[in-house]
Amino acid sequence: MSSSRDRIFATLRSGLKHTVNDPARPEAVAERIARRTPNLVPQRAQIPHAEQVALFTAKVEALTVTVDSVPAEQDVPGKVAEYLAQHNLPSQLRVAPDPLLENLPWGDRPMLQVDYGHGRSQDLVSVTPAFAGIAETGTLMLHSSTTTPTTLHFVPDHHIVVMKESQITGSLEDAFARLRDKLGTADKTAAENWPRTVNFVTGPSRTADIEGVPVLGAHGPRRLHIVLIADGTP
Amino acid sequence: MSMQITAQNFEANAAKALKDPNLRKAMQIIGGPMASRRVETARELPEFEALRDEGVKIKNHVLKHIDLYLEKFEQQLTARGGKLHWCRTPREARETILALCRSRNAKLVTKGKSMVTEEIGLNAFLEEHGITPVETDLGEYIIQLAHEPPSHIIGPALHKTREQVAELFEDHHPDYELPNMPGVKAGPRSTEPQVLVTEARQVLRDRYFQADVGITGANFLIAETGATVIVTNEGNGDLTQSLPKMHIAVSSIEKVIPNLEDLSTILRILARSATGQEMSCYTTLSCGPKRPEDKDGPEEFHVVLLDNGRSEMLGTALEPLLRCIRCGACMNNCPVYHSVGGHAYGWVYPGPIGAALDPHMIGLETARHLPNASTFCGKCEEVCPMRIPLPDVMRWWREQAHEKQITPPLQRWGIEAWAFAAKHPWLYRLGAGIAIGLLNMLGKDKGRLASLPLAGGWTDGRDFPAPQSASTFMSQYKSKQGAAR
Repeated sequence: MSSSRDRIFATLRSGLKHTVNDPARPEAVAERIARRTPNLVPQRAQIPHAEQVALFTAKVEALTVTVDSVPAEQDVPGKVAEYLAQHNLPSQLRVAPDPLLENLPWGDRPMLQVDYGHGRSQDLVSVTPAFAGIAETGTLMLHSSTTTPTTLHFVPDHHIVVMKESQITGSLEDAFARLRDKLGTADKTAAENWPRTVNFVTGPSRTADIEGVPVLGAHGPRRLHIVLIADGTP
Repeated sequence: MSMQITAQNFEANAAKALKDPNLRKAMQIIGGPMASRRVETARELPEFEALRDEGVKIKNHVLKHIDLYLEKFEQQLTARGGKLHWCRTPREARETILALCRSRNAKLVTKGKSMVTEEIGLNAFLEEHGITPVETDLGEYIIQLAHEPPSHIIGPALHKTREQVAELFEDHHPDYELPNMPGVKAGPRSTEPQVLVTEARQVLRDRYFQADVGITGANFLIAETGATVIVTNEGNGDLTQSLPKMHIAVSSIEKVIPNLEDLSTILRILARSATGQEMSCYTTLSCGPKRPEDKDGPEEFHVVLLDNGRSEMLGTALEPLLRCIRCGACMNNCPVYHSVGGHAYGWVYPGPIGAALDPHMIGLETARHLPNASTFCGKCEEVCPMRIPLPDVMRWWREQAHEKQITPPLQRWGIEAWAFAAKHPWLYRLGAGIAIGLLNMLGKDKGRLASLPLAGGWTDGRDFPAPQSASTFMSQYKSKQGAAR
């Protein structure tokens, strides 16, 4: 008896009828997968970088995300401490073990208890970097790696993202292009180095499953806060 | 043993639904805010219509090369350390998933939202075999407590009122304590959605960490990278798939797309069509198990790909249905769905997409009423992001039912008699003349008729207006023309 796989493929190929023997098909598929030209990208995403930053900020704020702009990296711990105070949160942070965050002057705020690692059930506030910000919809792009564990994006009640203005792009396609550039190495393609998880996060967790009423904080973070470092254009 | 099918009782289901006051209230939400949010976000994106065309193009291209894209997806997924399981039937899919769960001695399984797991009746099957599945999407969780199937593909519990949800929680969470008040039992529940959401969040929290296996669906399969994609708002799918040691993504073969550019295009129309959001809160690409150096993530990643008759649709009148991205816009905009709700359809996929798809999946004989559950107003096709010609497919099913003699004999003979008359104008005019004369005579006094033989379905709910003249339109037309000359 042939395997389920064989039988599924046999039915698919019989449905394709005579076209199945078209010698151009494998090439068309290979070309299409490798194609890097985006399909239609909305005009709103095709704007100069300064406008992308403004659009990104406006979009995330419309989703109830709060944004603190700071002139330099050294100002981040102060802003994080302010956020905790504003929301009556304990001074405990679970931070992604990422070089950008490890090198921040947390010592300037001796009250803050900073420890590094993945998300655990007792963690109330996480601090993570992001890979990119996407202006068209106010979306953050984050991915898993040894220094950026995914659970930090979902387990804690409050998710604080520290990122630079230069990381903001116009469209989803721009962000994917940057990720491919980063992941591709001399001996391996981006697909071969693809991480376990890529997350697009657009605002805090929400649901409308009871009578269609929108409620924030369903299972993921109840609040999302961004500290944006003004490092200018890339 | 799949989900209980009641599609054969559509007429009775619908009659019952029409008298359910809670359902009336719920349907106002779906036909009101849910439908209008789509219109608003679509209006804010000038390229929306052009993006729909691009989406159709992508899916049509995939369908012409689907065997090759699936092979590429499998190859990439395997290279990333994932395992693909091909399943022709719901039974094969259930058994594959059970074997995977048993390989980890699983007792508790958390589940993200997945229509394919509804299609294969997974929860009941796991329970029969001693494994507890816990739905974590709020809507799915509510209907799991209520032992009901989903009534809508993206809002599975929208038929429930807040009072009903509060009651369910009171019954099922006897030990629930008020947040920040240890030892204080919650007692009679507030019906505020915010309070109820907090309770579900609290109760399900521990489950994510206790679960041995996490099962999610997948909206897309990307051939370029070998990743599966879920699109959610609550974050439950991500907790479900990143905390347990094993992640199983259950999906179906038509969900494959070429690359990340194509994903970008389709995402732009998906959320706008579904909930009227520009992007859903969480879109997650999952690719293989955790990498050796990762601090979290599952040790095993399996993709269970179901066919269940989809491959047979290729090259037939049903092929356009394989473009469906399960957004729910067709039900949000369907006057019949608004009247009878999702349960009346009697199987997993309700609304216009169900009326077009279910006869193929559960058999035309069982689902024969569903293609008739349409006024052919065309709204479903108008809002479908993938421009699926749903009314055409339903019409095709009606023809099939007639040809295969599945419709009741009386109806078939009636249609044949009418067709004969329509092809013989003299006979048609004769019949129409007699009928008009009779109706005019019977309804002369009141101008309307309270009951009519063979038309009880109409006159039970309203009167039939009686013709104001005893002669047909044609004979009046002729006499007027004669007078004008």
